[in-house]
Amino acid sequence: MLAYIIRRMLYAIPILIGVNLITFALFFVVNTPEDIARMQLGAKRVTPEAIEKWKGEHGYDKPLLYNAAANGTDKISDTIFFDKSVRLFVFDFGNADDGRSIGHEISTRMWPSLALALPTFLIGLLFNVTIALLMAFFRATYLDFWGVVLCVAMMSISGLFYIIGGQYLISKLWNLVPISGFSGGFDAFKFLALPVAVGVIGGVGSGARWYRSFFLEEMGKDYVRTARAKGLSENVVMFRHVLQNAMIPILTGVVVVIPTLFMGSLISESFFGIPGLGSYTIDAIQAQDFAIVRAMVFMGSVLYIAGLLLTDISYTLVDPRIRLE
Amino acid sequence: MTMPVLLLTDALILLLLAGVVGYFYFVSRRPQMRATWMRVTESPSGMAALVVLFAYLVVGLLDSVHYRPVLEAKDPKAATVYSVEVLSLLDVLASPLRERQERTYSAPFDTRAYSKETIEIPGTDGAPGKQVREFPRLQFGGVHLALESERDRDILVTALRGFSLAFALWLALAALLSAVLARGSAISSSETMRRIWRGETRVPWSAVLIMLGLLLAIGGPVITLCTRYHVLGTDKVGQDVMYLALKSIRTGLVIGTLTTLVLLPLAVVAGVTAGYFRGWVDDVVQYVYTTLNSIPGVLLIAASVLLMQVYIDTHPDLFPTSVQRADLRLLFLCIILGLTSWTGLARLLRGEVLKLREFEYVQAAQAFGVGHSRIISRHILPNVMHVVLISLVLDFSGLVLAEAVLSYVGVGVDPSMTSFGTMINAARLEMGREPMVWWSLAAAFVFMFVLVLAANLFADSVRDAFDPRIRVRGPAMQKG
Amino acid sequence: MDKLLEIDNLRTEIEGAGAPTRAVDGISLDIERGETFALVGESGCGKSMTALSLMRLLPEAGHIAGGSVRIDGKDLLALPESEMRDQRGRRIAMIFQEPGTSLNAVMTVGRQIEEVLERHLGLAGEVSRARAQSLLEAVGVPDAARRLGEYPFQLSGGLKQRAMIAMALAAEPDILVADEPTTALDVTIQSQVLDLLKQLQADRGMAILLITHDLGIVSGMAKRVAVMYAGELVEVASRDAFFSDPQHPYSRKLFASLPGAGRRGEELAVIPGQVPPLNTAFHGCRFADRCDFVHARCRDESPGWTCLPDGHAVRCHWVEDRQKGIATRGMDAPRATFAGAAKAPLAAGDGKALLKVTELKVHFPIRKGVFKKTVGQVKAVDGVSLEVASGRTLALVGESGCGKTTVGKAILQLIRPTSGEVLFDGVDLVQLRGEALRTRRREFQIIFQDPYASLNPRLRVEDILLEGMSALGVGAGGESRRQRLNQLLDQVGLPQSALARYPHEFSGGQRQRIAIARALAVEPRLIICDEPTSALDVSVQAQILNLLARLQRELGLAYLFITHNLAVVEYLAHEVAVMYLGRIVERGTADEVLGSPKHPYTQALLSAVPRIDAGAARAVIKLEGELPSPVNPPSGCHFHPRCRDVMPECRTQYPGVTALSATRRVSCWLHAGKT
Repeated sequence: MLAYIIRRMLYAIPILIGVNLITFALFFVVNTPEDIARMQLGAKRVTPEAIEKWKGEHGYDKPLLYNAAANGTDKISDTIFFDKSVRLFVFDFGNADDGRSIGHEISTRMWPSLALALPTFLIGLLFNVTIALLMAFFRATYLDFWGVVLCVAMMSISGLFYIIGGQYLISKLWNLVPISGFSGGFDAFKFLALPVAVGVIGGVGSGARWYRSFFLEEMGKDYVRTARAKGLSENVVMFRHVLQNAMIPILTGVVVVIPTLFMGSLISESFFGIPGLGSYTIDAIQAQDFAIVRAMVFMGSVLYIAGLLLTDISYTLVDPRIRLE
Repeated sequence: MTMPVLLLTDALILLLLAGVVGYFYFVSRRPQMRATWMRVTESPSGMAALVVLFAYLVVGLLDSVHYRPVLEAKDPKAATVYSVEVLSLLDVLASPLRERQERTYSAPFDTRAYSKETIEIPGTDGAPGKQVREFPRLQFGGVHLALESERDRDILVTALRGFSLAFALWLALAALLSAVLARGSAISSSETMRRIWRGETRVPWSAVLIMLGLLLAIGGPVITLCTRYHVLGTDKVGQDVMYLALKSIRTGLVIGTLTTLVLLPLAVVAGVTAGYFRGWVDDVVQYVYTTLNSIPGVLLIAASVLLMQVYIDTHPDLFPTSVQRADLRLLFLCIILGLTSWTGLARLLRGEVLKLREFEYVQAAQAFGVGHSRIISRHILPNVMHVVLISLVLDFSGLVLAEAVLSYVGVGVDPSMTSFGTMINAARLEMGREPMVWWSLAAAFVFMFVLVLAANLFADSVRDAFDPRIRVRGPAMQKG
Repeated sequence: MDKLLEIDNLRTEIEGAGAPTRAVDGISLDIERGETFALVGESGCGKSMTALSLMRLLPEAGHIAGGSVRIDGKDLLALPESEMRDQRGRRIAMIFQEPGTSLNAVMTVGRQIEEVLERHLGLAGEVSRARAQSLLEAVGVPDAARRLGEYPFQLSGGLKQRAMIAMALAAEPDILVADEPTTALDVTIQSQVLDLLKQLQADRGMAILLITHDLGIVSGMAKRVAVMYAGELVEVASRDAFFSDPQHPYSRKLFASLPGAGRRGEELAVIPGQVPPLNTAFHGCRFADRCDFVHARCRDESPGWTCLPDGHAVRCHWVEDRQKGIATRGMDAPRATFAGAAKAPLAAGDGKALLKVTELKVHFPIRKGVFKKTVGQVKAVDGVSLEVASGRTLALVGESGCGKTTVGKAILQLIRPTSGEVLFDGVDLVQLRGEALRTRRREFQIIFQDPYASLNPRLRVEDILLEGMSALGVGAGGESRRQRLNQLLDQVGLPQSALARYPHEFSGGQRQRIAIARALAVEPRLIICDEPTSALDVSVQAQILNLLARLQRELGLAYLFITHNLAVVEYLAHEVAVMYLGRIVERGTADEVLGSPKHPYTQALLSAVPRIDAGAARAVIKLEGELPSPVNPPSGCHFHPRCRDVMPECRTQYPGVTALSATRRVSCWLHAGKT
């Protein structure tokens, strides 16, 4: 089992290298630093001098891969590739275009992100599983039928509408919570209540319907018939046998997103004015700040790979077939 | 004479359409596949959804035939000059909507503008004119009314006229359907009609007719009304919101379908080769898709779109018209979405092929020494096509929804291109106005909801028919 | 008569497309306290649905349309669901066919047993745990205390079924419904489980409703027998009466279609046609279309019960008429078919070795650790040598997991052997590559077990048959190929119209014919038959066996017949090789090996097969334990942990091959040096 985990961790290394190469190619090869500088400067101020100056300020004035002019190891290390890509491996993200340290921003902004994403995730999971379980329990009744219809309808609505609708109803019409903003401490609750609720409701349609199919699939299996043949009540069959088996794919399926919760939610954070990594990213995209986007891509990949690793570990924890083999 | 313009996406849509037609021709000659598709047609919700999708498709296709109109030359001898404006058939059909542009916002069916303006009232009898601040009459909306108080009655009358036209059309269609169905059978067409309504036909025609009736009942009055009023109001620059909503349809359809053109070959080649050959091919494919998957989807798309934007901005000379530029960006968006979303299908196919290759008929073929390519094309591919198909129809609605989010983030379609995303994005700021401008948002919501709902319902019936067990989709990818 | 369970006119329907399927259509039977009642029938006849109806555990599309099921006079079908739950497990318990999927994979075995104790007996904690342990001990699970804490996947198939039985017995039910309880198990394990059931029944006085398709099992277990056909019972009798004098033409045909040593050189009886779909409306006898004794009345009038002495009852006009002494038209002529089956001598063959396999090994690496280093080998096939003569049949016999299928695939080079020689007509196939191997492929072909997985559902029969011909360039194409296709269909007994149809339009037996035709298409000299009949019902199996025998006679084909079914081996094999854990332990002519087995494993295997003539006492050799894993085979002779004649040298060294006669080889220390 330990060997298994170590192997999975080693497997992560080539993937991270791959991510790094892809982002490097995207950001520096497809478009050269000149192109980016030209765009950043705007059409009017483009002069060769201005471009050179911009490149110098942002550290793009080096060769891409190999610096023939430098000495010794600097031939490799004094390049854009080394500066901008290899350094990511030690979480050295450099500075944003406005000169602020990206690493620092990430470390302060991930907590508000987490404060929004974690409750959304947990409550959402609980909500989806409960509703799915109810629908499966009352399968082939009107409750189930209309539940599925409602789920399909809800998953056909863009997430943007949930946010806009929620803001309009709760904040504007009923004035229950502030429409947007954030603060630390207990005050955070009143700012987070709405985005969390919106996030949960927005995900219920697809989530509950999907989990319902898990439950129904489990309920068609032979061991459920065995459990019934023992004389167990439908409640026991459902909550002891079916739930336990269906939770294996459900739990291991969601574990992968847990680390990426740190990344926050782009849309929700920007709508609700929460100063997390999501709104940081979206601002960077809109300001075309490539340094930040690159850093976030790398961060996201690292967290996703951590999620894959967690998935593997969680399998060994919840499934005796894997734990004991 | 006009100059036809074939946008890149138009060409690809034609290609796709030809592909779909070809596929169904192919299906019609395979009794088994035909039987499976027949099962799709047995689902009432699926057929009703198909009617709706068909309506959307017609709008989208009309909007995909482009041309540049001739500019009226003052000198008849001069060479014809074409407008830089690219129009589509839909634009022509909807010219009452397109050309009747107000100055700014107006609410649905309103005869007056949304905000007060200062209006000069010319003086009478030599008295000095004075300025009044009031809601000015619209230039087009309800302009035919002599008295504004007649508006409600006029709306009712116009709507009824539209409704009765629609009803007549519907009756004609229903009669035509039963005549067509009755042809070649011993049953009279009136008896066929009765059977349709009792739900005794194999294909649930009653559901089709009800849905069609519903569409016509809404469409008929809307069509008669929209030449006189702005049925869905106007937006900030006074464009009719109904026109914007209609134009958004093509964008949504293009994103939902063309993306699959990119995704399909990648996913099929990667998934099938990985599953069939296993070994190092499998390792490579798995490595590639794990790597791509590990990059957060939105960010990868954002980065690619930003970079493409840089490219477009630095090469302005490549695009003769703004429509062509926007079209290229749309195509790029499809390509990028395709490049980032093939992994799910590839993984699904790999798993399926891994199972299939152990099937005894594959081993029987191997025992004949049949080559790999022939085994793949005869034994593997035909037996995984249902996975591909289900995944494509299921992906469609996800892609339409994703467009809205991406456009909101600013990495979606070109801002000059109308789409649900750009409509929502614009409408978000209007929500804060007092009184609230709700109609663009509502229009985007309704048009998008109906499209995605229909797509989801249709996808469900396709999935049920092809494989009730297969699970393709997890909770929607957290795109935000 | 102490009636425990009375089923009266039970009817069960399953909703589907079109008319509902009447899976159980008016079944009435009584089971006495403490007796074993066997319900026999082929697949699709409704016997499992009968069992599930008793338990009221039908799938969601099914419902009970009428009738009553009484236990001690209490009608189960009239009970509200909550009271029915009190009966399930307590009065009437059930075990299922697939022990692997019927247990909850993420709950310990002990917990799953304790659930029943808790539910019905109100036991909890230590008491319940102790009880669960004693139950496991009672069903012969070794090391029961440890097994309580284990999960089902840690148990072998036989142990899982034992655990299922323990679970079913936990609340001491009055009746146990056993639905094909041993079908998924190997023959040596099957005999263990059947013995266990017998012994438990004797100890506890519990009634058993045994549902099975295997007449051999019925003969060894049942006191009374009911035969089910197309949703109805057609014959009910005591075991002795049923086996000595079956009355219904269907029952008779079932017996006549059984292969076995006694039928060597005869054609097996076949039942033409198929079981009619159960969603049709029946007017006459449901067996009429397939019956040799059919006459006009059978088609119009559904037969009632005809009572013979000793509770023997049959539903058949022909029997009824005979009983009343009425001669019916068409009665005498078909009788001739029972007089003696057509002679169909086994092909002689020319005795020249066509295939000679020497020291064949197929090892699969086991990878472990951080870098997936190879830490061991699964020795699936570990030094197998065998010979198949042209025109003759070698049966390769063994239990599941012994490596027999791998041998077949390695001979065909579908799996490349690790080492060894496969000489086909003097050419070593292992050395051949690419084109050289491909051209050789037309001489040896394969037929698989599962007729549903062996035909591509997307291809028409014509394309399926042409695949090999075009790949190997057989036949010139055009008209000659068309003729060849028609000839092939004739050979396997399918109509010419089959060409344009798709596999799903055919029944299991017809599909197997298509698979045979596909193999024949390239005119092979050797066909490897990998369990070709084990997915088929006996009556269909008989058709396929007859077909294979005829093809061998006519075309001089050699067969390597891989199977676990010894009755089939006895019927058609010239030579037999017995495989255990990757190696052949005994081989020789069929008479030698089956008539006087020398290896203790062969002896045990033969004695474990349930036989219908078991009225006479038969010494059954009990094999303890299960087939060990080929990952880690026992030291010395692989069989020694289960062998009753084990000697010290067996534990240390694998026995060499001893030639007992010109044709006979055995690997056993008992016979070492006895040449």
